[in-house]
Amino acid sequence: MSDSTVITYDAQAGEEHEHPSYQRHHFETIGQQNDATNFAMWLFLLTEIMFFGGLFTAYLIYRNWYYPAFVAASHQLDIFWGGLNTLLLITSSFTMAMGVWSAEMRKQGALVLCLTLTFVLGLGFLGIKTIEYREKFEKHHVPGLHYSVQSFTNPASDPEIEREYRDKPLPPDMATHTELYFFLYFAMTGMHALHMIIGICILGFMIVRARAGAYTGGHLAFVENFGLYWHFVDIVWIFLFPLLYLISRHQ
Amino acid sequence: MSEHSEHEHHIVSPKTYLAILTALLAGTALTIAASYVDMGPLNPIIALAIACTKAVLVILFFMHVKYSTKLTKLTVGAGVFTFLILVGMTLADYFTRAWGRW
Amino acid sequence: MSETIVSLPDQETASIPKMNYLSKENGLLSWLLTSDHKRIAILYLISISFFFFIGGSLAALIRLELLTPQSDLMATDTYNKVFSMHGIVMVFFFLVPSVPATLGNFFLPMMLGAKDLALPKVNLLSWYLYMVAGVLALYSMAAGGVDTGWTFTTPLSTHYVNTHVITTGMAIFVAGFSSIFTGLNFIVTIHKMRAPGMTWFRMPLFIWAHYAASILMVLGTPVLAIALVLVVLERTVGIGVFDPAKGGDPLLFQHLFWFYSHPAVYIMILPGMGVISEVISTFSRKRVFGYTAVAFSSVAIAVFGFFVWAHHMFIMGISSYSVLVFSLLTMLVAVPSAIKIFNWAFTLYKGSITFETPMLYAFGFMGLFTIGGMTGVFLGTSGTDIHLTETYFIVAHFHFVMVGGMLMAFLAGLHFWWPKMTGRMYPEKISQLAALITFIGFNFTFFPQFILGTLGMPRRYASYPAEFQVLNVLSTAGASILGVGYLLPVFYLLWSLKYGAIAGENPWQATGLEWQTQSPPLTENFTEIPVMDHEAYDYEWLERQKEKEVPSVG
Repeated sequence: MSDSTVITYDAQAGEEHEHPSYQRHHFETIGQQNDATNFAMWLFLLTEIMFFGGLFTAYLIYRNWYYPAFVAASHQLDIFWGGLNTLLLITSSFTMAMGVWSAEMRKQGALVLCLTLTFVLGLGFLGIKTIEYREKFEKHHVPGLHYSVQSFTNPASDPEIEREYRDKPLPPDMATHTELYFFLYFAMTGMHALHMIIGICILGFMIVRARAGAYTGGHLAFVENFGLYWHFVDIVWIFLFPLLYLISRHQ
Repeated sequence: MSEHSEHEHHIVSPKTYLAILTALLAGTALTIAASYVDMGPLNPIIALAIACTKAVLVILFFMHVKYSTKLTKLTVGAGVFTFLILVGMTLADYFTRAWGRW
Repeated sequence: MSETIVSLPDQETASIPKMNYLSKENGLLSWLLTSDHKRIAILYLISISFFFFIGGSLAALIRLELLTPQSDLMATDTYNKVFSMHGIVMVFFFLVPSVPATLGNFFLPMMLGAKDLALPKVNLLSWYLYMVAGVLALYSMAAGGVDTGWTFTTPLSTHYVNTHVITTGMAIFVAGFSSIFTGLNFIVTIHKMRAPGMTWFRMPLFIWAHYAASILMVLGTPVLAIALVLVVLERTVGIGVFDPAKGGDPLLFQHLFWFYSHPAVYIMILPGMGVISEVISTFSRKRVFGYTAVAFSSVAIAVFGFFVWAHHMFIMGISSYSVLVFSLLTMLVAVPSAIKIFNWAFTLYKGSITFETPMLYAFGFMGLFTIGGMTGVFLGTSGTDIHLTETYFIVAHFHFVMVGGMLMAFLAGLHFWWPKMTGRMYPEKISQLAALITFIGFNFTFFPQFILGTLGMPRRYASYPAEFQVLNVLSTAGASILGVGYLLPVFYLLWSLKYGAIAGENPWQATGLEWQTQSPPLTENFTEIPVMDHEAYDYEWLERQKEKEVPSVG
């Protein structure tokens, strides 16, 4: 196995039991604790990959089966908002990485700033998502809630689409498959947004703790591990954006 | 012999982070632009390729995997591998249905 | 049979050590808020035993109904609910957590020389998630249950039934996370908390088995979670993902469901195989033959287990080419399991075999799992599967591997480690009798079902053609014997808590770090972290140890 190093330590030192207050008693050294919690976070992210994996599988199948419906439906998504959201999230990943750096360099002020920026950018992302979702709701593009295929069977009735894409009308049965696109849209971005909400709540908690100096005394495992989670959420969006928004924007 | 934290004190510099951020933003612009150009079957391939590159950059640098232990790299690999098995083998069923019976 | 390796301390002077994990703190809260992996293991033991008897009662109802060809004991809809809940309770609330959450939780840290698992509070969370899931499942049962089978096949479960699919689905969702966190904890512990000198190839094979099962738990269970979420969304919102009228494919559910549920059967059996390695080695006084092969075959089962799921879908409408590929891969996955059986057999060869209760269960495992496993190969061959699928042949196959295999392994482990967990020995004669009764009852219950299956009796039907009655009556008769065999341990194990002989540190003279501590163990497991300086199953080392005194506290 690749990880063949064994954690060794001085039994004598263990006897004296001098360890930082944040070291749990079942660990022999703080290094072991940090290794373990870091590895645990990575394993948790593996479960997240597989969880989203089911949705990606569904997406790939139905996009392949109902390509015209997916193209037409994706035109309902605004590239401006989607692109802006991508910018916000990528930047928030940058600020999060800078936050970890600040904690490593024990710069408390910088850490609080970076975490706050990440927080704000995350909120911005969610705000834009709300705008997008509301638009879908207004146009009856939410599966199960009086879903309407009118924009697709009669694109002329939808002025924005008409102007930008001049989509041809879809035949009725292909038009019904746009509902599958929107189910995937809401399921995937919704699941993603749920993970963002959880992340933002934890960020709020971390900002409070950071201001109290909790992470700039050398014990930054929490910030590091949260950073992994945040970057993972970013990666999911990196794939969602082209798959949902950029299927085909050419005439 | 006391083992230190996995991150072995390799602190990634803000300059690196800035470079990666720039690359990610450029990739985003590129992928948006590419979707407006008709390249037939190449469109989804290019979009996925750009997305994968961006993801790899985030994983290697923002998530420090480039400077992490072999175990971390193996873990990431295992996740990606299993994901590909799920997607690949399921899609293989769907794609081969059209081939009919023997 | 009169020869035994049991070595107990002098009963006149021996006593349970005053300081141990059970006596450390008292009161309900000290149990409900514990982070001690051993206490959590006991909590799980009580919970899964409870659910086992619920599942068992449902099984009794099934067998009672099948005494007669007509659906006369209960309405067919009710029968559908009974077998569905039997499957759900047994799979998710008994088999999946059985060995890992009880014996794994208790002994993984001890075998590694660690003081606890890597994430003790997450361990407690796992148990709470399991309990929440259990309560949800019980509520669902009380409210009327589900009748879709444990497999929730779409579009039946999404569009055609009016039963509690959503509640039950959510219960399984929560139970899934309990499983994920247990597996996650195990993987981190095994990688990061081995004692000095405990290299990968000095670990007991029990650990390797749990490592492999944990990988499956972490990577497979999330896919079940998303499959269940999609079913709930389909039922509530009507998203169309599995609805042909909206362009969805019901088969997609099956792909996602079986992507987990096939590895799930390995999640269930691998820890049991780990137990068998320990038991066979101890009761033949010999190191496991081909340690490396057994270790790597555990991991191989885990890896290949991810490549074969569609063999549950051969007749469902997947492409012919998928059928071919998955059938071939299924042949591959049988190989590592067979390797283990061969290795255990070679461990027995020229060993000093004694027939204590754990060993009896282990022998039962080897025979019954082999039969179950071989019939799995018949089913993996798509040509024969077409005729045998959805018949009692499948029912017999999975009961042979899960009950004849896994449950026997669990009982083997429970009896093997009971002295360590409680400090008491159970009465040997009655436990050997129970093992024998279980073996006889099992064969009478499930072997006729192979024949019924080949004769064409379909599964999941309350009524059947009259010519199948004799075999069904035989099966039910066997089930009543089996029930006696499972009830006996409840009585004598509980009896032993008060009246059993004092076990001492190492009644079986086993190797393994857990046997070098007092029984029951201290809360922190070890007074000082042990250093591992010998190979696994090193009986010579044990001989040299016996000359030294093993300290116990209190």
